[in-house]
Amino acid sequence: MSIFGRALILGGVLILTSCGQQTNGGKFVGNDVTSAAFGREFRLFDPDGHQRSLADFRGRYVVLFFGYTQCPDACPTALARAAEVRKQLGSDGDKVQVVFVTLDPERDTDLLMREYTSAFDPSFLGLRGDLAATRKVAEEFRVFYQKVPSGSSYTLDHSVLNYVFDPKGRLRLLWRPDETAAQCVSDLRILMKSERPFWRFFS
Amino acid sequence: MKSKILVSAFLLVAAGVVDAQVTVSDAWVRATVPAQRATAAFMQIVATDGARLIAASSPVAGTTELHEMAMVDGVMKMRAIPGLDLPAGKTVVLSPGSYHVMLLDLKAPIRVGDAVPLSLVFEGPDKRRTTIELKVPVRPLTDATGGHRQP
Repeated sequence: MSIFGRALILGGVLILTSCGQQTNGGKFVGNDVTSAAFGREFRLFDPDGHQRSLADFRGRYVVLFFGYTQCPDACPTALARAAEVRKQLGSDGDKVQVVFVTLDPERDTDLLMREYTSAFDPSFLGLRGDLAATRKVAEEFRVFYQKVPSGSSYTLDHSVLNYVFDPKGRLRLLWRPDETAAQCVSDLRILMKSERPFWRFFS
Repeated sequence: MKSKILVSAFLLVAAGVVDAQVTVSDAWVRATVPAQRATAAFMQIVATDGARLIAASSPVAGTTELHEMAMVDGVMKMRAIPGLDLPAGKTVVLSPGSYHVMLLDLKAPIRVGDAVPLSLVFEGPDKRRTTIELKVPVRPLTDATGGHRQP
Protein backbone atom coordinates (compact mmCIF):
# COMPACT_ATOMS: atom_id res chain seq x y z
CA MET A 1 0.00 0.00 0.00
CA SER A 2 1.30 3.44 -0.81
CA ILE A 3 2.24 5.87 1.91
CA PHE A 4 -0.61 8.06 0.69
CA GLY A 5 -3.11 5.21 1.16
CA ARG A 6 -1.87 4.47 4.70
CA ALA A 7 -2.11 8.14 5.60
CA LEU A 8 -5.71 8.20 4.37
CA ILE A 9 -6.66 5.17 6.48
CA LEU A 10 -4.91 6.59 9.55
CA GLY A 11 -6.60 9.93 9.01
CA GLY A 12 -9.97 8.20 8.81
CA VAL A 13 -9.30 6.24 12.00
CA LEU A 14 -8.23 9.39 13.83
CA ILE A 15 -11.36 11.28 12.80
CA LEU A 16 -13.59 8.36 13.81
CA THR A 17 -11.79 8.02 17.16
CA SER A 18 -12.12 11.68 18.01
CA CYS A 19 -15.81 11.63 17.04
CA GLY A 20 -16.35 8.55 19.18
CA GLN A 21 -14.75 10.14 22.23
CA GLN A 22 -16.47 13.46 21.98
CA THR A 23 -19.74 12.87 20.26
CA ASN A 24 -20.99 9.32 20.74
CA GLY A 25 -20.07 8.31 17.18
CA GLY A 26 -21.84 11.31 15.68
CA LYS A 27 -25.33 10.08 16.58
CA PHE A 28 -27.78 12.06 18.67
CA VAL A 29 -29.04 10.43 21.85
CA GLY A 30 -31.96 12.86 21.94
CA ASN A 31 -34.80 12.76 19.45
CA ASP A 32 -33.86 14.73 16.29
CA VAL A 33 -36.85 16.95 15.51
CA THR A 34 -35.19 19.32 13.04
CA SER A 35 -37.87 20.96 10.82
CA ALA A 36 -40.62 20.18 13.33
CA ALA A 37 -43.68 22.42 13.04
CA PHE A 38 -43.91 23.16 16.76
CA GLY A 39 -41.85 24.85 19.45
CA ARG A 40 -41.06 27.79 17.14
CA GLU A 41 -41.54 30.78 19.42
CA PHE A 42 -42.48 31.98 22.89
CA ARG A 43 -43.30 35.34 24.43
CA LEU A 44 -42.95 35.32 28.21
CA PHE A 45 -41.57 37.54 30.96
CA ASP A 46 -38.31 37.30 32.90
CA PRO A 47 -38.23 38.06 36.66
CA ASP A 48 -37.38 41.72 35.88
CA GLY A 49 -40.62 42.07 33.93
CA HIS A 50 -38.96 42.19 30.49
CA GLN A 51 -40.62 40.33 27.64
CA ARG A 52 -38.37 37.62 26.21
CA SER A 53 -38.67 35.58 23.03
CA LEU A 54 -36.60 32.94 21.29
CA ALA A 55 -35.11 35.60 18.97
CA ASP A 56 -33.32 37.13 21.99
CA PHE A 57 -31.00 34.11 22.09
CA ARG A 58 -29.76 34.01 18.48
CA GLY A 59 -26.13 32.88 18.41
CA ARG A 60 -26.54 30.64 21.46
CA TYR A 61 -27.84 27.14 22.09
CA VAL A 62 -31.04 27.16 24.15
CA VAL A 63 -32.15 24.30 26.39
CA LEU A 64 -35.74 24.99 27.42
CA PHE A 65 -38.12 23.02 29.62
CA PHE A 66 -41.32 23.41 31.58
CA GLY A 67 -42.17 22.67 35.20
CA TYR A 68 -43.03 24.22 38.55
CA THR A 69 -41.02 24.94 41.67
CA GLN A 70 -43.34 23.02 44.02
CA CYS A 71 -42.25 19.82 42.29
CA PRO A 72 -39.65 18.25 44.63
CA ASP A 73 -38.64 15.59 42.18
CA ALA A 74 -38.59 15.76 38.35
CA CYS A 75 -38.06 19.54 38.07
CA PRO A 76 -35.02 19.93 40.36
CA THR A 77 -33.57 16.82 38.71
CA ALA A 78 -33.98 18.44 35.25
CA LEU A 79 -32.44 21.72 36.44
CA ALA A 80 -29.56 19.85 38.12
CA ARG A 81 -28.88 17.94 34.88
CA ALA A 82 -28.85 21.18 32.87
CA ALA A 83 -26.36 22.72 35.34
CA GLU A 84 -24.19 19.60 35.06
CA VAL A 85 -24.33 19.78 31.24
CA ARG A 86 -23.05 23.37 31.27
CA LYS A 87 -20.29 22.38 33.69
CA GLN A 88 -19.19 19.40 31.59
CA LEU A 89 -19.06 21.57 28.45
CA GLY A 90 -16.31 23.66 30.06
CA SER A 91 -15.72 26.91 28.19
CA ASP A 92 -18.41 25.92 25.63
CA GLY A 93 -20.96 26.00 28.48
CA ASP A 94 -21.21 29.76 27.98
CA LYS A 95 -22.76 29.10 24.55
CA VAL A 96 -25.75 27.43 26.24
CA GLN A 97 -28.70 29.33 27.71
CA VAL A 98 -30.97 27.29 29.98
CA VAL A 99 -34.58 28.49 30.19
CA PHE A 100 -37.07 27.18 32.76
CA VAL A 101 -40.73 28.04 32.04
CA THR A 102 -43.21 27.70 34.88
CA LEU A 103 -46.54 25.97 34.27
CA ASP A 104 -47.72 27.24 37.68
CA PRO A 105 -47.60 31.06 37.35
CA GLU A 106 -50.10 31.45 40.20
CA ARG A 107 -47.65 30.13 42.79
CA ASP A 108 -44.33 30.69 40.99
CA THR A 109 -43.80 34.42 41.49
CA ASP A 110 -41.01 36.40 39.80
CA LEU A 111 -39.05 36.40 43.06
CA LEU A 112 -39.42 32.64 43.49
CA MET A 113 -38.44 31.96 39.86
CA ARG A 114 -35.29 34.06 40.23
CA GLU A 115 -34.22 32.49 43.53
CA TYR A 116 -35.00 28.99 42.30
CA THR A 117 -33.19 29.03 38.94
CA SER A 118 -30.18 30.91 40.40
CA ALA A 119 -29.72 28.20 43.05
CA PHE A 120 -28.87 25.77 40.23
CA ASP A 121 -26.84 28.14 38.04
CA PRO A 122 -26.83 31.95 38.13
CA SER A 123 -27.01 32.02 34.31
CA PHE A 124 -30.34 30.12 34.19
CA LEU A 125 -33.37 32.14 33.17
CA GLY A 126 -36.82 31.59 34.66
CA LEU A 127 -39.77 32.73 32.53
CA ARG A 128 -43.46 33.06 33.28
CA GLY A 129 -46.62 34.38 31.72
CA ASP A 130 -50.20 34.84 32.86
CA LEU A 131 -52.53 31.85 32.63
CA ALA A 132 -53.44 32.58 28.98
CA ALA A 133 -49.79 33.05 27.91
CA THR A 134 -48.84 29.86 29.74
CA ARG A 135 -51.60 27.96 27.95
CA LYS A 136 -50.44 29.40 24.61
CA VAL A 137 -46.78 28.51 25.02
CA ALA A 138 -47.70 25.00 26.21
CA GLU A 139 -49.81 24.54 23.06
CA GLU A 140 -46.98 25.79 20.82
CA PHE A 141 -44.56 23.32 22.47
CA ARG A 142 -47.14 20.51 22.66
CA VAL A 143 -46.67 20.39 26.41
CA PHE A 144 -49.39 18.55 28.28
CA TYR A 145 -50.16 19.92 31.74
CA GLN A 146 -53.10 19.91 34.08
CA LYS A 147 -53.88 20.92 37.64
CA VAL A 148 -54.85 18.03 39.88
CA PRO A 149 -56.35 18.63 43.35
CA SER A 150 -54.15 16.89 45.92
CA GLY A 151 -54.66 16.89 49.67
CA SER A 152 -54.85 20.50 50.78
CA SER A 153 -53.70 22.10 47.50
CA TYR A 154 -52.94 20.95 43.94
CA THR A 155 -50.15 19.38 41.95
CA LEU A 156 -49.46 19.60 38.23
CA ASP A 157 -49.22 16.71 35.83
CA HIS A 158 -46.87 17.76 33.05
CA SER A 159 -44.76 16.40 30.22
CA VAL A 160 -41.05 16.53 30.91
CA LEU A 161 -39.13 16.87 27.62
CA ASN A 162 -36.24 19.32 27.17
CA TYR A 163 -36.21 21.37 23.94
CA VAL A 164 -32.81 22.09 22.37
CA PHE A 165 -32.43 25.00 19.91
CA ASP A 166 -29.44 25.78 17.71
CA PRO A 167 -27.91 29.29 17.41
CA LYS A 168 -30.27 30.09 14.52
CA GLY A 169 -33.23 29.50 16.84
CA ARG A 170 -34.32 26.26 15.20
CA LEU A 171 -35.66 23.46 17.38
CA ARG A 172 -33.28 20.52 16.86
CA LEU A 173 -33.56 17.96 19.66
CA LEU A 174 -35.81 16.66 22.41
CA TRP A 175 -34.23 15.15 25.54
CA ARG A 176 -36.04 12.79 27.90
CA PRO A 177 -35.39 12.83 31.66
CA ASP A 178 -33.57 9.49 31.59
CA GLU A 179 -30.82 10.78 29.30
CA THR A 180 -27.66 11.46 31.31
CA ALA A 181 -25.81 14.77 31.45
CA ALA A 182 -22.94 13.13 29.52
CA GLN A 183 -25.33 12.07 26.74
CA CYS A 184 -26.75 15.61 26.53
CA VAL A 185 -23.20 17.00 26.37
CA SER A 186 -22.43 14.59 23.51
CA ASP A 187 -25.52 15.83 21.62
CA LEU A 188 -24.54 19.48 22.08
CA ARG A 189 -20.98 18.75 20.91
CA ILE A 190 -22.39 17.22 17.71
CA LEU A 191 -24.54 20.31 17.15
CA MET A 192 -21.58 22.61 17.85
CA LYS A 193 -19.37 20.67 15.46
CA SER A 194 -21.91 20.96 12.66
CA GLU A 195 -22.08 24.73 13.19
CA ARG A 196 -18.33 25.16 12.66
CA PRO A 197 -17.18 26.79 9.40
CA PHE A 198 -15.74 24.09 7.07
CA TRP A 199 -12.23 25.60 7.09
CA ARG A 200 -12.06 24.98 10.84
CA PHE A 201 -13.22 21.38 10.50
CA PHE A 202 -9.80 19.92 11.36
CA SER A 203 -8.97 22.39 14.13
CA MET B 1 -33.68 -7.48 93.89
CA LYS B 2 -31.24 -9.00 91.47
CA SER B 3 -33.99 -10.85 89.66
CA LYS B 4 -36.06 -7.64 89.42
CA ILE B 5 -33.20 -5.84 87.63
CA LEU B 6 -32.86 -8.79 85.29
CA VAL B 7 -36.57 -8.69 84.47
CA SER B 8 -36.41 -4.92 83.76
CA ALA B 9 -33.43 -5.40 81.48
CA PHE B 10 -35.31 -8.13 79.63
CA LEU B 11 -38.34 -5.87 79.18
CA LEU B 12 -36.16 -3.06 77.80
CA VAL B 13 -34.58 -5.40 75.29
CA ALA B 14 -38.01 -6.67 74.31
CA ALA B 15 -39.31 -3.11 73.83
CA GLY B 16 -36.23 -2.36 71.70
CA VAL B 17 -36.90 -5.31 69.45
CA VAL B 18 -40.52 -4.26 68.91
CA ASP B 19 -39.53 -0.68 67.95
CA ALA B 20 -36.72 -1.91 65.75
CA GLN B 21 -39.29 -3.74 63.61
CA VAL B 22 -39.21 -0.67 61.37
CA THR B 23 -35.85 0.80 60.38
CA VAL B 24 -35.48 4.10 58.53
CA SER B 25 -32.15 4.91 56.88
CA ASP B 26 -30.53 7.43 54.48
CA ALA B 27 -33.25 10.01 55.13
CA TRP B 28 -32.79 13.49 53.63
CA VAL B 29 -34.82 16.60 52.91
CA ARG B 30 -34.32 18.78 49.83
CA ALA B 31 -33.30 22.35 50.74
CA THR B 32 -35.43 25.29 49.57
CA VAL B 33 -34.86 28.88 48.47
CA PRO B 34 -36.50 31.47 50.77
CA ALA B 35 -39.60 32.08 48.60
CA GLN B 36 -40.36 28.35 48.28
CA ARG B 37 -43.19 26.93 50.39
CA ALA B 38 -42.81 23.19 49.74
CA THR B 39 -40.21 20.43 49.68
CA ALA B 40 -39.94 16.69 50.27
CA ALA B 41 -38.22 14.09 52.44
CA PHE B 42 -36.71 10.92 50.97
CA MET B 43 -35.51 7.76 52.78
CA GLN B 44 -35.31 3.98 52.84
CA ILE B 45 -37.62 1.96 55.11
CA VAL B 46 -37.49 -1.72 56.11
CA ALA B 47 -40.20 -3.37 58.24
CA THR B 48 -39.00 -6.85 59.22
CA ASP B 49 -42.54 -8.16 59.85
CA GLY B 50 -44.24 -5.85 57.36
CA ALA B 51 -46.06 -2.59 58.18
CA ARG B 52 -47.80 0.35 56.61
CA LEU B 53 -46.65 3.98 56.77
CA ILE B 54 -49.89 5.78 57.50
CA ALA B 55 -48.96 9.32 58.48
CA ALA B 56 -46.13 11.83 58.73
CA SER B 57 -45.80 15.20 60.42
CA SER B 58 -43.17 17.85 61.00
CA PRO B 59 -43.17 21.11 62.94
CA VAL B 60 -41.50 22.87 59.94
CA ALA B 61 -44.55 22.26 57.72
CA GLY B 62 -48.20 23.28 58.02
CA THR B 63 -49.22 20.16 56.12
CA THR B 64 -47.42 16.86 55.55
CA GLU B 65 -48.55 14.30 52.98
CA LEU B 66 -47.38 11.00 51.51
CA HIS B 67 -46.90 11.28 47.75
CA GLU B 68 -46.27 8.98 44.86
CA MET B 69 -44.64 10.10 41.60
CA ALA B 70 -45.15 8.23 38.37
CA MET B 71 -44.09 8.80 34.78
CA VAL B 72 -46.97 7.85 32.48
CA ASP B 73 -46.43 8.29 28.71
CA GLY B 74 -43.84 11.02 29.26
CA VAL B 75 -46.06 12.88 31.76
CA MET B 76 -44.89 13.23 35.37
CA LYS B 77 -47.73 12.80 37.84
CA MET B 78 -47.62 13.45 41.58
CA ARG B 79 -50.42 12.12 43.78
CA ALA B 80 -51.20 12.08 47.50
CA ILE B 81 -51.59 8.50 48.76
CA PRO B 82 -53.38 7.41 51.97
CA GLY B 83 -50.53 5.11 53.05
CA LEU B 84 -47.52 3.16 51.87
CA ASP B 85 -47.33 -0.62 52.30
CA LEU B 86 -44.00 -1.99 53.53
CA PRO B 87 -43.80 -5.73 52.67
CA ALA B 88 -41.96 -7.82 55.31
CA GLY B 89 -38.19 -7.56 55.02
CA LYS B 90 -38.26 -5.57 51.77
CA THR B 91 -36.43 -2.23 51.49
CA VAL B 92 -38.91 0.38 50.28
CA VAL B 93 -37.13 3.32 48.71
CA LEU B 94 -38.61 6.81 48.87
CA SER B 95 -36.59 8.69 46.24
CA PRO B 96 -37.05 11.12 43.34
CA GLY B 97 -39.10 9.24 40.78
CA SER B 98 -40.99 7.10 43.30
CA TYR B 99 -42.35 8.10 46.74
CA HIS B 100 -41.71 11.01 49.08
CA VAL B 101 -43.01 12.67 52.20
CA MET B 102 -44.26 16.07 51.00
CA LEU B 103 -43.73 19.02 53.35
CA LEU B 104 -46.18 21.84 52.48
CA ASP B 105 -46.83 25.34 53.85
CA LEU B 106 -43.27 25.59 55.14
CA LYS B 107 -42.91 27.98 58.06
CA ALA B 108 -39.30 28.85 57.18
CA PRO B 109 -36.78 28.02 54.46
CA ILE B 110 -35.05 24.63 54.79
CA ARG B 111 -31.28 25.11 54.74
CA VAL B 112 -28.34 22.77 54.33
CA GLY B 113 -27.08 22.07 57.87
CA ASP B 114 -30.59 22.01 59.39
CA ALA B 115 -31.92 18.85 61.05
CA VAL B 116 -35.60 18.61 60.16
CA PRO B 117 -37.74 16.88 62.83
CA LEU B 118 -40.01 14.31 61.19
CA SER B 119 -42.48 11.91 62.85
CA LEU B 120 -43.53 8.82 60.93
CA VAL B 121 -46.49 6.73 62.09
CA PHE B 122 -46.49 3.04 61.17
CA GLU B 123 -49.17 0.41 61.62
CA GLY B 124 -47.88 -3.13 62.18
CA PRO B 125 -49.53 -6.40 61.13
CA ASP B 126 -51.20 -6.49 64.59
CA LYS B 127 -52.68 -2.99 63.89
CA ARG B 128 -50.52 -1.60 66.68
CA ARG B 129 -49.23 1.89 65.87
CA THR B 130 -45.62 2.96 66.35
CA THR B 131 -44.19 6.44 65.89
CA ILE B 132 -40.59 6.94 64.85
CA GLU B 133 -39.05 10.37 65.46
CA LEU B 134 -36.27 11.41 63.09
CA LYS B 135 -33.93 14.38 62.75
CA VAL B 136 -33.43 14.49 59.01
CA PRO B 137 -30.35 16.09 57.40
CA VAL B 138 -30.79 18.52 54.51
CA ARG B 139 -29.21 18.14 51.07
CA PRO B 140 -28.86 21.02 48.57
CA LEU B 141 -31.83 21.92 46.38
CA THR B 142 -29.64 20.92 43.44
CA ASP B 143 -29.14 17.33 44.63
CA ALA B 144 -29.56 14.89 41.76
CA THR B 145 -28.38 11.65 43.36
CA GLY B 146 -31.87 10.19 43.61
CA GLY B 147 -32.17 9.51 39.91
CA HIS B 148 -35.32 8.60 38.06
CA ARG B 149 -37.41 5.50 37.95
CA GLN B 150 -37.37 4.44 34.32
CA PRO B 151 -40.68 4.99 32.52
